[in-house]
Amino acid sequence: MIQYAWLIPVFPLVAFMLLLLFGKQLKEKAAYVGILALAVSFGMAVVILFERIGGQNYRYVLDWLNFGDTTITMGYEVTALNAMMLVIVTLVSLLVHMFSRDYLQGDDRIEVFYSYLGLFSFSMLGLVLSPNLLQLYIFWELVGLCSYLLVGFWYFKPEAAAAAKKAFLTTRIGDVGLLIGLILTFIYTGSFEYDVIFTAVSAGLLDQTLITVIALLVFLGAVGKSAQFPLHIWLPDAMEGPTPVSALIHAATMVAAGVYLVAVMYPMFIASATAMTVVAYTGAITAIFAASIGLVQKDIKRVLAYSTVSQLGFMMLALGTAGYVAGLFHLMTHAFFKALLFLGAGSVIHGVHSQDINEMGGLWSKMRITAVTFLIGALAISGIPPFAGFWSKDEIFAAVWASGDMLLFTIAVVTAFMTAFYMFRLFFVTFTGSYRGEHKPRESGPFMTIPLMVLAIFAIGAGLVNAPFTHHALTDFLIQGTSIGEQALASGWMMGLSVVIAVAGITLAWLIYGKGIVNRDSIKNTFATPYRILYNKYYVDELYINVITKPVVSLGNLLWSIDRNLVDGFVNFTANTARWKGGLFARVQNGQVQTYGLVTVIGGIMLFALAFLIRGYIG
Amino acid sequence: MVPLTSYLALAAILFCIGLYGVLTKRSLVIVLVSVELMLNAVNINLVALSSIGPVANITGQVFSLFTITVAAAEAAVGLAILIALYRNRKTIDSRKQDLLRN
Repeated sequence: MIQYAWLIPVFPLVAFMLLLLFGKQLKEKAAYVGILALAVSFGMAVVILFERIGGQNYRYVLDWLNFGDTTITMGYEVTALNAMMLVIVTLVSLLVHMFSRDYLQGDDRIEVFYSYLGLFSFSMLGLVLSPNLLQLYIFWELVGLCSYLLVGFWYFKPEAAAAAKKAFLTTRIGDVGLLIGLILTFIYTGSFEYDVIFTAVSAGLLDQTLITVIALLVFLGAVGKSAQFPLHIWLPDAMEGPTPVSALIHAATMVAAGVYLVAVMYPMFIASATAMTVVAYTGAITAIFAASIGLVQKDIKRVLAYSTVSQLGFMMLALGTAGYVAGLFHLMTHAFFKALLFLGAGSVIHGVHSQDINEMGGLWSKMRITAVTFLIGALAISGIPPFAGFWSKDEIFAAVWASGDMLLFTIAVVTAFMTAFYMFRLFFVTFTGSYRGEHKPRESGPFMTIPLMVLAIFAIGAGLVNAPFTHHALTDFLIQGTSIGEQALASGWMMGLSVVIAVAGITLAWLIYGKGIVNRDSIKNTFATPYRILYNKYYVDELYINVITKPVVSLGNLLWSIDRNLVDGFVNFTANTARWKGGLFARVQNGQVQTYGLVTVIGGIMLFALAFLIRGYIG
Repeated sequence: MVPLTSYLALAAILFCIGLYGVLTKRSLVIVLVSVELMLNAVNINLVALSSIGPVANITGQVFSLFTITVAAAEAAVGLAILIALYRNRKTIDSRKQDLLRN
């Protein structure tokens, strides 16, 4: 079956094309086309994963372009990392397809939505199967396009259109970095193939500075796609898209592409200590920065968005401190519990018709399944054992501790505390207390609750693949056959510490939001200025607008006025001069015979004068 | 005897005066009169030059009779056109006949 891995992206692509052609007729039934395609892909991905466990990489490429000595290939490769990613992407995509059937019920463009979902699934699956950098870049851009299409699905809402544009442009900045890195790699190693590049790196054929530069440029691409600071601004705005989109793209898959890129280019990063430090610190700063903003947001999706940015920061932090497996493990567990949390939020939004947590409350009794699964997701992300997040977060702590950098470790620990806090703030305000809104919330239908339950199972159990008592199966699976070294393991006191922090965060949240012992408003009033800074996202957007956008726009206006006045003015001046000269001569054409007679006489005299001159009669 | 050049000079002066009138005068009647003047200047030239040459004969004078006739006919036609013009445009101001204006 592994040689048919190329079919996995093809099924969603076929779904996309079918829906383009027949979507209008299918309308609501478009959902089933998508669900069927993804179900087949998921089945295949699972089989291939089991084949790959204890097996070998499988690679199949065709020559695509030949010029001179170089050949660029196209094809697919199944490595351990890919096989895991295939399962994650197809599973989450399948569940999102199912969920969207109910969430977008009644939308008159639902078939378009499913076609976009199919295109996105194709792009993401193609991205993870890419055997070389160039093909990865192609799918990378495609994924960015799909994000634009899906975030801006409700394009008639100006905020959604603006958010889609912002997402695309911000990730584009990162993409430029990736492209330049790619080109540099090609220039200095003559190939886009991973093995050729990594052989060149380990053989010392590349200058150390060059390796650092390439690694940083590639990381820039990852910063854009994975919404790390300072290119994180698009992800919260991207919440304007439908919630299933947020779950699929902005929690589980597309934003993971940045982490995947760093993982796939890992040998190049390892070869440069500077790049690793940059990755680690960017991840850490992003993690704590985003977590702090998430503490005060009122929109349920915005809290989850900032949480995603923060958790991605954790993954980058892990990768940057040589915790290859830790980062990828967290990517896997995060995909499950974040998708769960987003879909749960979607279920809540579907029930209460609002995204403001102050209009929620008391949903524990009204939407039991959603509430329970959301609780499971919240426990998972907070790092409570035995849920998935505990194991992956602990491995990250282990990697950071092993790197010896105390600052990074402190940031990681503080962020973990904040994570637990804001997650349970969200839980308590949304599900406990009494309902503060005006609708009648009901539990959602099976097409929405079954995905929640499936993801909850994974959120509980996924961590066990790399637990000490399963002998770190995932670590062996991912590392075997690669040149990645020993991974740090979490020790007992570290596990204890992370549990203590998580429980502390949950307790604090319970005190403020659950029991109300500490008043919410009193905190808001005592810490008014920090609150305002956090609520306004540290004013980063305003900074960018004033420092970058406005000057560029004024420059554009200046150039436009130069073009309009100078260039067009010059053209008009030429035309007017011609017209004026014509006007001078036009005075002769006044319709009066005597004028014409005068001209004739003058002409005649001139002719005679000329003739006499030539013949020598005069002069 | 009066030298030949005097006659030629007289004819030239008359011709120029006539030309000036044709090109400048506002009233079309005066333009026609100036045309007559030009034709008469030509007649003087013809008659004056008939008296010189190796075999002096009166060919020039005879030819001038023809031009006088033609001038008369042309004046008649010109006046007829002028009257038709006046009937249609109510004016014989040469400045006002500018239908072919740009």
